[in-house]
Amino acid sequence: MTVARPTTLSQAVDALAAMPDAQLLAGGTDFMVEVNFGHRRPTDVVALRRVAELRHHATDGDEVVLGANVTYSQMQTELAEALPALAAAARTVGSPQIRNAGTIGGNVATASPAGDTLPFLAAVEADVVLASPDGTRRLPLADFITAAKRTAIQPGEVISEVRFPAVRGPQQFLKVGTRNAMVISIACCAMVVDTDHRRVRCAFGSVAARPLRPTEAEDFISDALDWDTLDAETNAVDRFAALAAAAAEPITDHRGTAEYRRHTVKVMARRALTRSLRA
Amino acid sequence: MTSDRNPGYAEAGRSQVEAAAEGAPAGSRLTDESESYTLQVNGREESVKAAWLGESLLYVLRERLGLPGSKNACEQGECGSCSVFLDGTLVVSCCVLAADAVDSEVVTVEGLEPGDGLSDVQQHFLDAGAVQCGFCTPGLIVAVHDLLDRVPDADELTVREAISGNLCRCTGYGRILQAVVDVQRQRAGTQP
Repeated sequence: MTVARPTTLSQAVDALAAMPDAQLLAGGTDFMVEVNFGHRRPTDVVALRRVAELRHHATDGDEVVLGANVTYSQMQTELAEALPALAAAARTVGSPQIRNAGTIGGNVATASPAGDTLPFLAAVEADVVLASPDGTRRLPLADFITAAKRTAIQPGEVISEVRFPAVRGPQQFLKVGTRNAMVISIACCAMVVDTDHRRVRCAFGSVAARPLRPTEAEDFISDALDWDTLDAETNAVDRFAALAAAAAEPITDHRGTAEYRRHTVKVMARRALTRSLRA
Repeated sequence: MTSDRNPGYAEAGRSQVEAAAEGAPAGSRLTDESESYTLQVNGREESVKAAWLGESLLYVLRERLGLPGSKNACEQGECGSCSVFLDGTLVVSCCVLAADAVDSEVVTVEGLEPGDGLSDVQQHFLDAGAVQCGFCTPGLIVAVHDLLDRVPDADELTVREAISGNLCRCTGYGRILQAVVDVQRQRAGTQP
């Protein structure tokens, strides 16, 4: 077993090319659990923690760029004003210890149905940037995550960044769990009321194999909303919530039943929208 | 409750040695179990020899370096009992690959107070009766040091959020919270 500890993205790509079967290690909060329990026995590891260039975040023109090594703690604090829904999502992940280690690149790569940053990234139609010896390629998150915990990453590729258009307008993140800390989502919701494009964007986590984007519900409420006053009829809000719930594809597992999850989608859709509208 | 359940750890001494890849890229790397590596723990250089490179920092601290203060309870980042500082950042050592902690400064509960004495947080935990079975205590001590070094005047909600990842199965949170307040008062010079 070999553990490579690159300090630049270029070194990381080279290390992976030299060890094609190596597993990529970011914050370790998923990876090490699997190793500790014997579910994963890595042959080689490329540890990405030292790649400082992947820890940056910036606005690049009209685009927000989050390096793959940006931690939940960074999102929670450094992005609280710019991306309040993403910051709120990050704040609900694990514990402070987990948030200090876990990264957005890791959340995307693990592609858990319960990944708490994924609904926000889906709502803003983020792209995943993949680096390899051949250069970089961009893939929409919706194409990158192919199934529960399955992605389109190819051998030799490293997630370097997540990019999405800068959006203006109210943002919400809601999460249902058994307590307010240290909880994996029973269901969660991210919403951006995109005032520039007059589009309500939202996505739900843990209610489908992949982040669920209820486009029919979005189409409906984006038309029904009075964008000048940022207000909507109660009936329209209810209809939006019902359409979102109908789009969900939840399963029953140890954290909740499908029926309950569908119910939470309806409640969260209504609540997130109501909180985004002018009181 | 022990690391023995991990077959990887059980095989630690007899893992296959794999050759380093040709044309090794730049950046530091460790190869195979016969090579030792060095960790910086509590200000000392500690050599880890003939270890399986998949071992967690928690396992190496406890089983190879004789530092059992960090407790092994869940091994999945849920309980906080193994909290340590890694380059000054609070993390759970069960989720750190030890071989990836090379070149980093590790501080465990044993290293919080130079010398043999107790830190103020440790002393106030004792005085407030914040220790029941004691299993969560080391992790909580480290987490409280982290919090109060960053946010000396943390209010109760901030304290609760800061220790939300440190589970006390005796449910003795009341006295733990009291101990934190006592430390804050002493550090602020308002202790009667």
